[in-house]
Amino acid sequence: MEAIYAFCVGILTTCGFFLVLRGRTFTVVIGLTLLSYAVNLFLFASGRLKLDGAAVLGQSVEYSDPLPQALVLTAIVIGFAMTAFVVILAMRSRADQGNDHVDGQIPEQPSARLSASDKRAG
Amino acid sequence: MNLLWVVLLPLIGTLVPFFTERFGRNLCALSVAILPACSLILVLLYAGDIFSGQSLRQTIEWIPAIGLDLSFRLDGLSLLFLLLILGIGLLVILYARYYLSSKDSMGQFYAYLILFMSAMVGIVISNNLIQLWMFWELTSISSFLLISFWSNKSDARKGARMALTVTGAGGLALLAGLLMIANIVDSYDLDTVLASGDVIRAHAHYPIALVLVLLGAFTKSAQFPFHFWLPHAMSAPTPVSAYLHSATMVKAGIFLMARFYPALAGTDLWFVLVSITGLITLLLGAYIALFKHDLKGLLAYSTISHLGLITLLLGLNSDLATVAAVFHVINHAIFKASLFMAAGIIDHESGSRDMRKLNGLMKYMPYTATLAIVAALSMAGVPLLNGFLSKEMFFAETLDLSMFGSLSWMIPLLATVGAAFSVAYSLRFIHDVFFNGEPIDLPKTPKEPPRYMKVPVEVLVALCLLVGIFPAYIVGDLLSVASSAVLNGDLPSYSLAVWHGLNIPLFMSILAMVGGITIYHNRRHLFQFQSHFDEQDAKHVFEGVIQWIVKATERVVETFENGSLQRYIFLLLMFTLVMGAYPLFSLTENIGTREQIPVDGVTITGAVLMILSAIATVIWHRRRFLALTFLSVVGLMVSLAFAQFSAPDLALTQLSVEIVTIILLLLALFFLPQNTSKESTNRRLSSDLLVSSLIGCVIGTICFAILTMPLHSISDFFLANSKTGGGGTNVVNVILVDFRGFDTLGEITVLGIAALGIYKLIAKMRIFMPTRDDKGRAWSNDPHPMMFEMVSQSLLPLALLVSAYIFLRGHNLPGGGFIAGLITAVAIIQQYIAHGVQWIKPRVKVDYQWLIAGGILIATLTGIGSWVFEKPFMSTWFDYFDLPWVGEFELASAMIFDLGVYLTVVGAVMLILANLGKLTTSERISIKEND
Repeated sequence: MEAIYAFCVGILTTCGFFLVLRGRTFTVVIGLTLLSYAVNLFLFASGRLKLDGAAVLGQSVEYSDPLPQALVLTAIVIGFAMTAFVVILAMRSRADQGNDHVDGQIPEQPSARLSASDKRAG
Repeated sequence: MNLLWVVLLPLIGTLVPFFTERFGRNLCALSVAILPACSLILVLLYAGDIFSGQSLRQTIEWIPAIGLDLSFRLDGLSLLFLLLILGIGLLVILYARYYLSSKDSMGQFYAYLILFMSAMVGIVISNNLIQLWMFWELTSISSFLLISFWSNKSDARKGARMALTVTGAGGLALLAGLLMIANIVDSYDLDTVLASGDVIRAHAHYPIALVLVLLGAFTKSAQFPFHFWLPHAMSAPTPVSAYLHSATMVKAGIFLMARFYPALAGTDLWFVLVSITGLITLLLGAYIALFKHDLKGLLAYSTISHLGLITLLLGLNSDLATVAAVFHVINHAIFKASLFMAAGIIDHESGSRDMRKLNGLMKYMPYTATLAIVAALSMAGVPLLNGFLSKEMFFAETLDLSMFGSLSWMIPLLATVGAAFSVAYSLRFIHDVFFNGEPIDLPKTPKEPPRYMKVPVEVLVALCLLVGIFPAYIVGDLLSVASSAVLNGDLPSYSLAVWHGLNIPLFMSILAMVGGITIYHNRRHLFQFQSHFDEQDAKHVFEGVIQWIVKATERVVETFENGSLQRYIFLLLMFTLVMGAYPLFSLTENIGTREQIPVDGVTITGAVLMILSAIATVIWHRRRFLALTFLSVVGLMVSLAFAQFSAPDLALTQLSVEIVTIILLLLALFFLPQNTSKESTNRRLSSDLLVSSLIGCVIGTICFAILTMPLHSISDFFLANSKTGGGGTNVVNVILVDFRGFDTLGEITVLGIAALGIYKLIAKMRIFMPTRDDKGRAWSNDPHPMMFEMVSQSLLPLALLVSAYIFLRGHNLPGGGFIAGLITAVAIIQQYIAHGVQWIKPRVKVDYQWLIAGGILIATLTGIGSWVFEKPFMSTWFDYFDLPWVGEFELASAMIFDLGVYLTVVGAVMLILANLGKLTTSERISIKEND
């Protein structure tokens, strides 16, 4: 089970980062959301996985670690605030700049971009 | 005793000129002189103790744990430099009163000058390495201000910048060196450092520390190859040159070498580095000085040469040579300061410093000329003047050298050559300026300066004579205490006398005199020879180097910061990848010993669903609505995962946040393009995919390693004390509202701030509102279906009831303020969706901003409330009560805190979503902008 869990975290991270690397704001926001899922799951994993062990006293024999849960709970709420802020910023950027590119302007020469990305990749 | 005042008095004096400038020049100069004079008197009061062999200390503790103290020492060396700094400083104050014209801001000049003086005083009496370095840097900065005093002149600005760059860079090297020394001896205390010379010299890092400290000293004291800044600093007003570039600032490097002599000197490395640098500087300075037509240029190179001489003496690792070095520090300061002042008088009264124009001034200013001639003869090393004495000692020392083996005979020879050039340029100074025919078209007719402008020169020239004739009587004691401070107490026997009999040093002196006269007599041939070489202007070279650095830096910045967010993130990810992956190479066992949970069908189905929908989100990311749909599936699966792995609170939170997030993103998508066109090249896509996959692998590996390792958690404490200490059985909730309540308070504050920021962003948004989708269909024919309206309206009380239940049980069962707040928010949002903003507006009259503020206020007040009961901030109280029909129930202060959390969450979520929703209607918010 642990391997599957770790694999899921890895996949979410990959998908999140790939989308964050895209050039349009909405896609980046989706990427950030995926990434925050990954981060929350990762943080949660520091308390290890446990079945039927909710940290409510008297309800189970062995309890799961409540501390990462408390941390992740606030992280989820703060993550929402962050996503909301970024998405509204993206809207404002589109309203003020007239486009939804992350740099506030659509790159003028695709060929220049191409060479830049080639240089970077090479 | 209070050594602090020695430096504090001048430092306070920095402010004096600003207040007294308006009372006229005389009063201003007088008031400025008072505090340094007090400081000098204070030093003189201590002088008796120093001469009787004591040395004084004073330490004021600041942060003793890391060795930062205000610590002062007054020993012979400090005393000598204090007398030079404060004594010559007072003369310069008097001199500058007459030198500055009425156009110059006298207050500003004096303020800079006194600041510099304080910094110098600070250097010489510091007993803490960091403190010493701080004053050292202060001299660099204040000298920058002084050199660039005439800031409308390009030369002054360039010269000042060069001086600051060179000495500032040297200062950084010095800091590194001092830190290394402090590390070696494990103390910033100068006494400790000076006492552990053997430890330092034996340490493996000694060579590096030595080189770094010497870099600081050489740059400050204009030693080759860093000498080039000093001639360009001559664009400063002459009082500055007289003060900084003869007696004080350039001597700071010498002081540094002398101060650290017990700790660093005595090795071959010290000998080679210091003596050879000194020798080259001595010869180079003396040679170039002869060819300078500018009076101050000649004096500047002469200063370089004499500083080289002192450095050479310090480098010889001989006690007698060190005494000679200290002696020459005194002598050079005296005659060079008076020469600079004389040069300033000549410049002031004739309007030129060019020796090709200045001729025959003896006729016009006989008195000043006499003074200058005496000082120049002292510079040349003529007997009965102070320069002669230290030069004799220097010659004697060069004769005793054996360090260069069979080549040692060259040192006395080179010393004589240097001295001959010194005689030659001194002769040029005397002959060219005061004799040699008539002046050639000078701007004004030269005349004697005001009476009191000559006083400082008179004082200094008198000292030249007195020291030259009665050396032991005038400076004997000072020299012996200063030298013994440098040598840590072992004073060699030497004699300060004018006449030592017929010996080789005297012969060398005579040889130098004759040689100097010969060189000067044949100067035309030499000048012609020199004119074959292109003179490399250090300014251009320096500016070129600076330009090159600026361009190179720009290129680097452009590479990393080209304005493309994608590139930044890519570079950041690469960095993360390297930093994250590197330690994994040393992790050989990534499967821990913890027993793993067996796989079951339901979980694997959920995992597959999550993975597939995450991948689908990426594949269809250009079709945004589709991507959003898949994203919501991922979120749902995440909340199920939390439920599966014993985190019911998380599952509830994730579920409600998921709903709110997706509604928010849907609303946002309404205003944004529905699809993204393909922009990235395949090459970019593959490289992005590669790097994100690699990061995914790294994160997954780390996650797996963590999951399989045994758990050592601090949570046992929380589990044990949750019920007894916090009064609740739901440990997660108790951690949130009790154990880590302060964190939660911070987090709801962040949430509130984010919501307010969003409110502000929405307020002035002028965004295009689409009426049709990208296929040309109208968005909606029936925005508020009746069925939906009815159902959601009837659901509202139920939802609120659930929310209240979740809130109340939160302390003991999964639930709490966060979750209840989200459920309430979702219930209200549903009404917005079903009925529209216009319908809600008259019915819900809650100001969400006040809800946030109220929530945070309640939470904070609950925390503060514990102070009333004299408990620490955020202590909780709880008790159990019994009511008929209801049964036993619990009341806890944590519940009030949780209420604050609840209100903030409701307020924040609603503030964001309701205002975003209003954008789709004519009810858009608009803030009346005052600004």
